Amino acid sequence: MRPATLLRTAVWLSVIAFLWRPSAFAAVFAPFTHDGAPAIYDQGDLADLALAHLGLVLFATALSAVIAVLLAVVVTRGPGRAFLPMSRSLVSIGQTFPPVAVLAVAVPLVGFGSLPALIALVAYGLLPVFENALTGLAELPASVLEAADGVGMDAWQRLWSIELPLAGPLIVEGLRQTLVISVGTATLGSTVAAKGLGEVIIAGLLSDNTAFVLQGGLLTGLMAILLHDAIGRIGAYVLPRQG
Amino acid sequence: MTRLARNLPGLLFGGAGLWALFGWPFLVEKSSRVVPGIGIDVELALPVAYWPWWLVLLCAVSTATFARRPWLRLIAGGVAVATLLYGLGSAAAVQVMDENAVQRIAPGVGFWCALGALLLLVTDAVARLQLSASRQCVLIALTVVVGALGLHSGHFDSISVMREYAVNADRFAHEFSRHLLLSLGSVLVAVWLGLPLGIVCHGRATLRQSVLATLSVVQTVPSIALFGMLMAPLAALAAAWPALAQWGIGGIGYAPAFIALCLYALLPVVANTVLGLERVDAAVVDAAYGMGLTRFQLLTRIRWPLALPTIVTGIRVVLVQNIGLAAIAALVGGGGLGAFIFQGIGQTAIDLVLLGALPMVMLALVAGVLLDALVERLERRRRA
Repeated sequence: MRPATLLRTAVWLSVIAFLWRPSAFAAVFAPFTHDGAPAIYDQGDLADLALAHLGLVLFATALSAVIAVLLAVVVTRGPGRAFLPMSRSLVSIGQTFPPVAVLAVAVPLVGFGSLPALIALVAYGLLPVFENALTGLAELPASVLEAADGVGMDAWQRLWSIELPLAGPLIVEGLRQTLVISVGTATLGSTVAAKGLGEVIIAGLLSDNTAFVLQGGLLTGLMAILLHDAIGRIGAYVLPRQG
Repeated sequence: MTRLARNLPGLLFGGAGLWALFGWPFLVEKSSRVVPGIGIDVELALPVAYWPWWLVLLCAVSTATFARRPWLRLIAGGVAVATLLYGLGSAAAVQVMDENAVQRIAPGVGFWCALGALLLLVTDAVARLQLSASRQCVLIALTVVVGALGLHSGHFDSISVMREYAVNADRFAHEFSRHLLLSLGSVLVAVWLGLPLGIVCHGRATLRQSVLATLSVVQTVPSIALFGMLMAPLAALAAAWPALAQWGIGGIGYAPAFIALCLYALLPVVANTVLGLERVDAAVVDAAYGMGLTRFQLLTRIRWPLALPTIVTGIRVVLVQNIGLAAIAALVGGGGLGAFIFQGIGQTAIDLVLLGALPMVMLALVAGVLLDALVERLERRRRA
């Protein structure tokens, strides 16, 4: 086995082992507690919270990816092209919006729970995918498009079998950025009562228990790294080879 | 493209703005700041007696929608936004009852959507003008000055967010400067550490790889967790050397937040420094050595000026990012504008949330535009 594969397998196995039997790792986290506080999060099932966190992130990312790619397709053709200049400025303005602000404004509109977190994640996740899909679709070489027209493809065929696959690698790269940002932002969701690993971190902050903070932080950090890695590999497998 | 097709954004956003203005409540009257309120439509909030206001608003919106020249659209859009805000202030002042201190007049959905649509009109005009970053800087400076004068005039004092500000004025100044200290200070320290680190990493492939990999891993740790993980060692430090505690360094407070923000800022600074230093052609390097330049002279005279725009781009990214992340500091007792946001979320008081969120968004926008202008200027000088 190559070292990278070995490392990847080891990380996956240890995360799964930790979620399956957290109590077996008590000795690892015990040094970070004091005054006899529990070393392993005991106010809920860690595997449950991790799954809820992952589900929220994946659902939000899928939703924002679909919306972002659709928007990018619309503004790069036909009458939608009138929106192209402002789309570019909106992306750069949108990225200066702090995620906390998006989350905070969503709460009064829809109440507490997972919904405001979902809205914030979708809104914030749109930007990287949209930006990359826009670059990918708007900057295709004219010769390629003319060739597609030349072999008699209609607009749909050209989009589906030429433009989207060519923009694919950039879109996947945007998706990876979105996933990493979302995993981190979703922890903030726990401040508005969304279910997820943020609960573990906040419980640790409130009870001054670093072991909890470490568990929540490590699990979310590893989740981000593993997702980033996995999407890259899936993308390389699905997309046609280029160059 | 036909004229109609090119004007699609104008028609869409101008129309949506007016539709939102008439379709949804303009104001919300609440008997206290935490209860849901009763909507007031714009026809009731600003009746016929306000006809000059209506005239200016409708003229400005239609000019911004139909004018052919982008600069005319930009001016008209700006006037429309200012008029809408002015109307909000006037309407709120009429609704407010003097003897009732807990009553709140908040902007309604109709106002927010109309404002959003008008801002999109302005964005479209700015994007079509293709303003350079320095001109955008002038534009945003003008907006800030006009906004500050407007807020200072007292015309908006009846609006809920400003009432919240009046109650918290002293605390606001404190949290605002704390927010600036956290975000700007952490970026300064990160630049101070990151530049030398980037220069050292440049040209040493293995060192660069391991430094960048470590910093990328740090970036994946969620901000709340990183803040929390730093609390324990800092608390231990403060317990060991009580003198440190006098400087405000301890488990709770701004110290863990400040250090965490520095750590987050390091990756873009170091990565962009390395990237920038490598922007030089191999031929230029050969020529420089041929002219007898030393390695150090090559760095200071050739690589550094070429790298500067890339480095400043990295600083722009982290500054905007840290202005947003500094809000999280409130969760570990570090203060900043996040204190209002999380207090507001806890009390379901949207006005308090906005008191924290609006200045933060403005701060991030201003920082982004300012540094964009700086990057543009450096790029131009590099090419010259």
